[in-house]
Amino acid sequence: MVNWISSLPNMSAYGTPTYFIYLLIAILPLGIGLYFGKRFSWYEALISLVFLFLMFDGSNTTQMLSLIVYVIYQTCLVMWYYHYRQQKNASGVFYLLVFLSLLPIIIVKFTPAMVGHNSLLGFLGISYLTFRAAGTIIETRDGAVKELNWWKFIRFMVFMPTITSGPIDRYRRFSKDYRQVPSREKYLQLVEKGIKYLFIGFLYKFIIDYFFAQRWLPFAERMALSQGHHLSWWVVAVAYLYSCDLYFDFAGYSLFAVAISYFMGVETPMNFNLPFLSKNIKEFWNRWHMSLSFWFRDYIFMRFVFTATKKHWFKNRNVLSSVAYMINMITMGFWHGVTWYYILYGCLHGLALVVDDAWLRYKRKNLKGLKSTALTQNVARFITFNFVVFSFLIFSGFLNTLFFGGH
Amino acid sequence: MQEKIEQLLADATGRDASDFSDTSEDIFANGLIDSMATVSFLLSLQDEYGIQVPVSEFDRSQWSTVDKIAERVKELQND
Repeated sequence: MVNWISSLPNMSAYGTPTYFIYLLIAILPLGIGLYFGKRFSWYEALISLVFLFLMFDGSNTTQMLSLIVYVIYQTCLVMWYYHYRQQKNASGVFYLLVFLSLLPIIIVKFTPAMVGHNSLLGFLGISYLTFRAAGTIIETRDGAVKELNWWKFIRFMVFMPTITSGPIDRYRRFSKDYRQVPSREKYLQLVEKGIKYLFIGFLYKFIIDYFFAQRWLPFAERMALSQGHHLSWWVVAVAYLYSCDLYFDFAGYSLFAVAISYFMGVETPMNFNLPFLSKNIKEFWNRWHMSLSFWFRDYIFMRFVFTATKKHWFKNRNVLSSVAYMINMITMGFWHGVTWYYILYGCLHGLALVVDDAWLRYKRKNLKGLKSTALTQNVARFITFNFVVFSFLIFSGFLNTLFFGGH
Repeated sequence: MQEKIEQLLADATGRDASDFSDTSEDIFANGLIDSMATVSFLLSLQDEYGIQVPVSEFDRSQWSTVDKIAERVKELQND
């Protein structure tokens, strides 16, 4: 049976214009249903299954098995914890469940660094599914998740438009959308916005990013590598071109995921909001890969600060915030993968948040006369943008190739 | 209650209470309060009004202005 599946064509999400044609035709009946106030749940499950199958068939068959096992595993954990939580609330059980929920991704992320090849447990999108499952466990502990249904939870986990790369939704938000059918007026607004996002996505991913990803960035990388294993102006070019590639590729992809969700009557959160115009690094993280940074903010940063403040772990508030920033961003670094450049990237962003806070304190105390003007704001944008570009150069792993010739 | 909340916000953020005098202004969108100060503020609400606000109950769109915060606090007190 596996051989038969392996021979089928594979369609990665949003990869080609043809994919959009098939996808839009497939979800058209759903749109008609929503227009008339009906949600065809079974049809939706069916087409989701077909498109998920197409993402993971062909040469990705082992990934399909991993995905199925993974979803069953997480559903069992979450459902068990939900039932447990109705009666009891021991901290040890909660931490154990969070650990078990994170265990597959920990194995997947550490395997390449330990044994040099990818873990069989891995599949495209595992990181994003982990956030959804772990987030649900955390909210269940807080008593914020008041109903949890296994079927709805699975639909949330494998919601087709966002499965491989987010945006990361929250169970409570998702299930609220799912319970109700939007009014006709509201649904038409969603479709209108969805069409707009779809076309901005096309512009970003298929037109603008074509030049960055296919033309300019590979050229600059070749030139930089041809100079030898040291820094050159071509590395600076790589930094800027890579940053633009990363943005247009990921923002374009995210717009597709949001647009298709809207067509299906689900308001998946936005992921990007003109991040390169940010005036400081905190603002940057409120505009860049928002669903990820908000996840870290809500489930790691705020919870750590909350517990640490309540238990008086730190005397000095500034020390506490600095430690919390570093924990938050270094964890994010590890989440990207266990390599020196991802971890350094996390450290840099943690430090940048610490410096940003220190600068705000200094400014409030010593520079009361400094007024916010167009000039100061643009200087701030310039500094923030260039720091981000530098950090993305680290993140890209290009320096690893350049200095050590490896990947 | 609004005045007390403005004072708690000022204490949590290190700003002047007058920064929060517009009780319908979105304090997150305006960058008046960051995540760090938000946690201090939540804890001071717990102490002041004896309510429990778990971090994950804290939906920013529901707590974005002084007026909305006052409403939420009243709701939680009546729970």
